Formats: sequence, structure tokens, C-alpha cells
Amino acid sequence: MSWSSLIPATSFMPIQATEIAKEVDLLYAFLIIASLVSFVILIGGMTWFLIKFKRTSLDQKSAYITHNNFAEFLWSFIPLVIMMGIFYWGMVIFEKLRTPPEDIAAEIHVTAEQWAWTYRYANGKEFYSSGNDPMIVPAGKATKLILTSKDVIHSFYVPAFRTKQDAVPGKLTQLWFEPKQPGEYIVFCTEYCGTKHSGMMIKIKAIPSEEYAAWYHAEKKGADTPADLGKVLFAQKACASCHSLDGSRIVGPTMKGLFGSNRKFADGSQTKADENYLRESILVSSAKIVEGYPPAMPVFQGQLSDADVANLIEYIKSIK
Amino acid sequence: MSSAHTKTEHGHTDHNYLNHGSGIWSWMTTLDHKRIGLMYFATVATLFLIGGFFALGIRLHLAKFGAEPLLSPDTYNKFMTFHGAIMVFMVIIPGIPAFLGNFVLPIQLGAKDVAFPRLNLASYYIFIAGAALAASSMIFNQVDTGWTFYTPYSTAKTSNGVILLVMGAFTMGFSSILTGLNFIVTTHKLRAPGMTMDRIPLMIWALYSTSIIQILATPILAITLLLIGAEKTLGVGIFDPDLGGDPVLFQHFFWFYSHPAVYIMILPAMGVISELITAFSKKTIFGYRAIAYSSVAIAAVSFLVWGHHMFVSGQSTLAGIIFSIITMFVGVPTAIKLFNWISTMYRGTVTFEAPMLFALGFMFLFTIGGLTGVFLASTGMDVHFHDTYFVVAHFHYVMVGGTLMALMGGIYYWFPKMFGRMTSDLGGRISWVLIFTGFNVTFFPQFVLGAMGMPRRYFDYLPEYTNLNQISTVGSWLIGLGFLVGLITIIHGIFKGEKASDNPWGAKTLEWQTSSPPPHENFTTTPTVTAGPYDFR
Ligand code: HEM
Ligand SMILES: [Cu+2]
Repeated sequence: MSWSSLIPATSFMPIQATEIAKEVDLLYAFLIIASLVSFVILIGGMTWFLIKFKRTSLDQKSAYITHNNFAEFLWSFIPLVIMMGIFYWGMVIFEKLRTPPEDIAAEIHVTAEQWAWTYRYANGKEFYSSGNDPMIVPAGKATKLILTSKDVIHSFYVPAFRTKQDAVPGKLTQLWFEPKQPGEYIVFCTEYCGTKHSGMMIKIKAIPSEEYAAWYHAEKKGADTPADLGKVLFAQKACASCHSLDGSRIVGPTMKGLFGSNRKFADGSQTKADENYLRESILVSSAKIVEGYPPAMPVFQGQLSDADVANLIEYIKSIK
Repeated sequence: MSSAHTKTEHGHTDHNYLNHGSGIWSWMTTLDHKRIGLMYFATVATLFLIGGFFALGIRLHLAKFGAEPLLSPDTYNKFMTFHGAIMVFMVIIPGIPAFLGNFVLPIQLGAKDVAFPRLNLASYYIFIAGAALAASSMIFNQVDTGWTFYTPYSTAKTSNGVILLVMGAFTMGFSSILTGLNFIVTTHKLRAPGMTMDRIPLMIWALYSTSIIQILATPILAITLLLIGAEKTLGVGIFDPDLGGDPVLFQHFFWFYSHPAVYIMILPAMGVISELITAFSKKTIFGYRAIAYSSVAIAAVSFLVWGHHMFVSGQSTLAGIIFSIITMFVGVPTAIKLFNWISTMYRGTVTFEAPMLFALGFMFLFTIGGLTGVFLASTGMDVHFHDTYFVVAHFHYVMVGGTLMALMGGIYYWFPKMFGRMTSDLGGRISWVLIFTGFNVTFFPQFVLGAMGMPRRYFDYLPEYTNLNQISTVGSWLIGLGFLVGLITIIHGIFKGEKASDNPWGAKTLEWQTSSPPPHENFTTTPTVTAGPYDFR
């Protein structure tokens, strides 16, 4: 509709990657216009009275008006009607958001945990991710997610699709969407879930549906290497929320080119990053604090098996 | 006992409640509702400073000035929790009823004191005990759950400090219940001769409706909090799915209290605003009955809408729709109030002293808060906005822009009555300009951030959210500065302010018919009431 484009504010919304996103934004535009009009009536009216009826001399007298039934009826009734309209409009959209269509092209089981997501496809393809492996879905077709959580409540939020749903432990909830175009869309966790709540992001990658079919049916190649297993763990433990893989600086030092490099520590000492150093840093990071970084990394001692640590080290070695 | 019984030119004595007994002990054991009100004032103001410190810390961190994050993720989460818990349970909920309400309610009714003065003092100490318990969690065993304590995070995944904090909130809940009880009985039993129920000031109607909510809803919170404690210490398994419980059940319990609690925060503020607007328009309030009954209506409906916090929690679509429509009904009495206040200014003679500026600020900010509430009440829209900064902006517009503005306005308004002195009007106006501007700079950008999709309770965020976050942080410092100026103005007023007359604003309600400050038992002779509360003819 054209009038909604009059409102630049809708451009604050993320891209409209689904049909429903467009409908949500139309309601949003309407709400903004209706609010602006109401605001101008209320606060504009008030300001006008303030100027017009400002006290100018001491002996001025106010009018004596106690009420007016007709006006009071009108300003109760009109807002009621408008709000019922808004309720109805919102309900129509809500039902669409909540009712998946009959023909679902992909059904994915999604399990949340602190602080990663696992997605398992019907044929057993399974991914752990916290930023690196996108969730692959077909573009132009409906995908349905079946959500649950291993520990606390998380929430699966895709701004570009204008939809979200909590993932609750001990319960299955569901969510569906149909991205119009191929592309990558960000997913946030929006139910507070502890330390790395804000690091718990993934991407949804919509690909043309023929490509999706090919990808879906492709066999996984060979057995997993230790570095592959390490990569999975790295994602699962949300290491990426503090350590970048591309050299950029976030909370902790980047993993890129770490192995074999020279490390300087807060206490002035230095060493070369070998397997032993990596092992110690993973298990008890506070033993040596790299210069210029906060001692913020959790202790993983007791949480990772020796094999886990070995796999992680192999993975870190592979990030050149 | 003070010996100063000198006659003043008005013909009454200089003996007032402030010099009726001296020394710290006479305050700590006082049964005088006015003194108890002031003790709440001091306590709440201190807690507000602490809560504000955490707020500024949060904002400074989120501005990402400098290469290093200011706080670690864990510290950030704790700051966020303390900020929310202090502001909600220890500042906004008790602020107006326990402080202003305690001071004003009996005088406005023409009573000597509240119905149960000892209970009133006990409520104060219960509050202190609760606040101390909660504060001990800050010192010994910090909590990072957020003020909503959602399970199973709070019961299964975080420190036992939750128990302390929750027991603190539980204890403060009793204080809230007892104060509510006291106010209800006082309103029914101790009105001056001639003061029928349709002649009580609107502030009292607001406090009365609030008290009903306090009495009915707070026990639910108390039980819910006890259950968290039981779950955590005994592992009873009501909320923990591993033990066969339902984590979403907690949210139902929690919001069944906490939604009405939002009205515990805003109804008294509406009472204050009703008083201020008539007094500074010098005009009878428009639609007295509509305002009075809409308070009661809001109190009643507030119990039926809790599920609007849970549209995406996994509750059924139908439940969501029902909660949505009932929520829309609450919008109506709210709109009625706004229209009535504005009509009160129509053909009045309006002046703009500091208290009125705060009332006008309330109107402006509360209108934005209320209108954005309609966005959130609409299910299809809320799915996008839930748990984003849009919500953070919305509730700050209502709770801070609404309640806190009213509280500030109320302080400046009743200050002459409390201390017998005036505050500097210039000081009040400067603090108003800073708070009002700073508030909009802080929270308006958060609506945009929410629309863009930035979730709340985030220690870190995408680069595209940076600018708006930085603007927001700058605003928060303006607010801080505004409150600093306000504090200085108040302290200066207490010690050095000009002497106040009995009725400096020319208001009509009973508290202005006694001396400033009032005598120990409020009136030297019991007043008789012959007309409505705002008879500006
Ligand atoms: C200087 C003024 C204030 C600033 C700058 C400020 C800032 C903030 C920020 C940044 C958050 C965190 C949002 C998030 O990460 O989810 C927050 C949360 C909150 N604030 Fe304020 N705030 C201020 C005053 C107040 C006041 C007076 C109240 C009293 C009711 C209040 C109540 C809350 C509540 C209830 C939360 C939610 C905490 C949670 O999500 O658990 N704030 N505030
Ligand atoms: Cu999460």
C-alpha cells in the first residue's frame, strides 16, 4: 500500500524477508500514524490550552466546569473502537505467524542450550552452531522449526521474519517462516539465558530450493577429523562469542594465527603458543592473562575431557 | 519535647511535627505518619542513588567508548539485575504510596494519623529488613537473573544469592500489604466529618485503588518467591522440567503479580498528577467521578491481563488473543484520564511552577509510554517487539517518565508542607529541563533500536546499533545531572529555603488548611468538610 511508504519510520524495521513481515510493517505504519495523530491531539491540545489559558494577572478567575457527559462518552467510546480494530488486525497477523501452512518443505528440530543451537534435519543431518554454521533452509518454501531447550529458556528471534518463539526445556514449541529470497538472516536469542546470552547468535541461510535439495541429500564425506570435532566443540561452548576467527578483536584474543605466535602476558612474561600453552589457556585461562585483555574467560577444567581439549587444540591449529 | 511554643502572627503555635520530640530516637520510634513518610523518603532516595549508579554503569558499558568493554559479561548481568530489582521493588513501588501517601493521606482526609500507627512504623522496619536482605545478596552472593527471576535459570543455573534477593522482595511485599491495609482502613474510618466518599481527593482514590491491588496481588508474589526458594533449596520440582515441573508456570505466577504491580507503580502517580493539575490550573478537576472510577476500573482489569507478557512463551494462540483483547480494555480508562486532565486546563488560569512542569512532563512522557503500550498489546506486532529495546523504552517511558516525574512533582508540591520551607523554583526548573531532555535522549532511541531488532539484556550488540546506543548513554548523563540538581535543590530547601506560608499554591484540599509544617496531630481543630475537594469557584 502506498500510504505506508509515507512513514520513513518503517525503514527502521529490518529488511522484509517474508510476506508476513510486510503485513507486520503495514500494521506498524498504521500504529505509528495513529499514535502521532493521538499524540498531536492530546499534547498539542494541552499545549494550546497552556498558552491560551496562562495566568496573566492575580485576580483572574477560572471557569467552573465539572464535567460533560457527552464529551466523556465520546472520548471513551472512540478509543475503544480504535483499539478493538488494532486488536483484530494484530490477531489476524498473529494467527498467520502461528499457523504453519500444509506444505512444509523443511522440518528442523532445534535444540537450544547455553549458549548454542543444535539443528537436526529429518534425515539426521545435525549441526551445532553459535555463529559459524548457518541453518540452511530453502528459499521460497516454508520451513518449520520444532524448538526445545536442554537447560534454561531461550528464544529464537529472526528480526527479518518478524517472528520469535521461546525454546522451553521439557516442552516442544514451533515456529515457521518462508523467506522470499535467498540470503542470510540473523537469529538472536531473546530470552535472557545467562552470561553469553548476547553471543548466542546464528544465521539462517536461505538457498534456492533445488540447491537445498541437493545439499540436503548430499552424503556427509568421510569420518570427522579431530579438527572437525574441535570445531563443533568450539561452537558448542560458544568460544566464538569472545574469540574471533578472522583476526578481529572482541572480548578475548583472536584465534587466527594464534598457534606458534609469541604471547605477551599482563605480568610482563612471554611465551610461544604451543600445545601445552593452549591446553592450559583452555582449562584454566587465568593462569596467564594475555596483555590488554580482561581475565574474563570461564574455567573449563572439569568440563572438557582430554579428548575434547585435544580436538580443540587441533582446531585452533587449523585457523591460520 | 521542644519548649518553643511562641505564637506567630497567624495565631497558631510554632510547635509542629518536626520539632515535636527531638533526637534520632524520637524519629526511630515515632508513630507519626508524617515522620514515617519522611523516613521512607530518605530510604527510597538512597536506594534510588544506588539503582541510578547501576543504570549509569549499564549505559556507560553499552556506549562502547574505548576499546575495552567496561564490564565483563557477568558483571554486566549483575548490574542489570540490581538496577532492575532496586528500581522496581525498592524505588518505584514504595516511592509514592509509602512516602508521599504516608505523608499526605491522613491530612487530606482530615485525620490525626493513619488507622494503625504502630503497624505503620512496623511496615517501615519490615521494608528496611527486606531491603537489607536484598542488599546482602549484592554483597555476598550476587545475582544475575534479571529482576524477573525466570525459571529454570534462577533455580537451576545460577548462584544461591537468588534466595537472598527473593526473600528480600518477599519481606518488602509484607510491608506493601500492611501499608495498603492501613490506607484502606484509614480511608473508610477516619474521614473528617462531612467528607463523603465522593468528596475525597483524587490522590486518595488512587492510593485506595493501589492498596486494593497491593493486598490482593502481593501475596501471589510472596508465594511465588517462596516457591523459588523451596525449589532451589529443597528441589521440589514445580518449575524445573527435569523434576517434572513447568518453567512457564513461574511466568504465569510472576506476571499475575507483576502486571498489577505496574499499576501499583502508576496509579499513585496518576493521583499526584490529578492534584497538581487542578492546583496549578486553579480550576476544579474535570470529570472527578470518571477519574476516580477509572482508577478502580484499572485496578480491577489489571488482574486479567498478565498473559500479555507471554505471547511468545509457548502459551496457546487463543490465550494470547484473549489476553490481547483484555489488555486493550485497560487502554480506555487510561485515555479517559488523559482527556480529563487536559480538559481541566481548558479555561483555567495556569501557572508553571516546578511541580506543574513535572506534571506536564508526565503528560508528555506518559502519553508516549501509553501509546507504545498499544503496539505491544497487539499480538502480531508484539511478536517482533517482545524482549527487545522497544519494551525497555516503553516501560521506562511509563515507569520513569510517568511515575518518577510524578514523584518529583509531588515532592516539590508538598515540600512546603513537609518542611515549612520553599524549594528554589529555579533549581526545580533547571532539574526539570535536564531530566526531561535527558530522558527523551536516553529512551527515545531505544524505540528505534527495538524496531531494528536489538534484544534487551544484551552485554554486546551488532555494530549497526552503536550510534543509537551512544546517544542513549549521553542522555543518561543528562538525567543523572538533572537528579543531582534536584537533590541539591531539595537539600538546600530543607535548610535554607524561604519560609513557606500555609497554602503557598492556593490549593483547596485539606492539607493546605493546616499550618506548614503541620502540628503533631495535623490539625488543631478537626476540620469539617462542606464541598468537593477542588472547589475553585
Ligand atoms: C538514569 C535513568 C535510567 C537509565 C539510564 C536506565 C537504563 C537502563 C538500561 C540500560 C537497562 C537495561 C536494559 C536491558 O539490557 O535489558 C535498564 C533496565 C531496567 N530499568 Fe532502567 N534506567 C534508568 C532508570 C530506571 C528507573 C528509575 C527504573 C524504575 C522503575 C528503571 C527500571 C528498569 C527495569 C525494571 C529494567 C529491566 C531490568 C531487566 O530487564 O531485568 N530504570 N535500565
Ligand atoms: Cu538464550
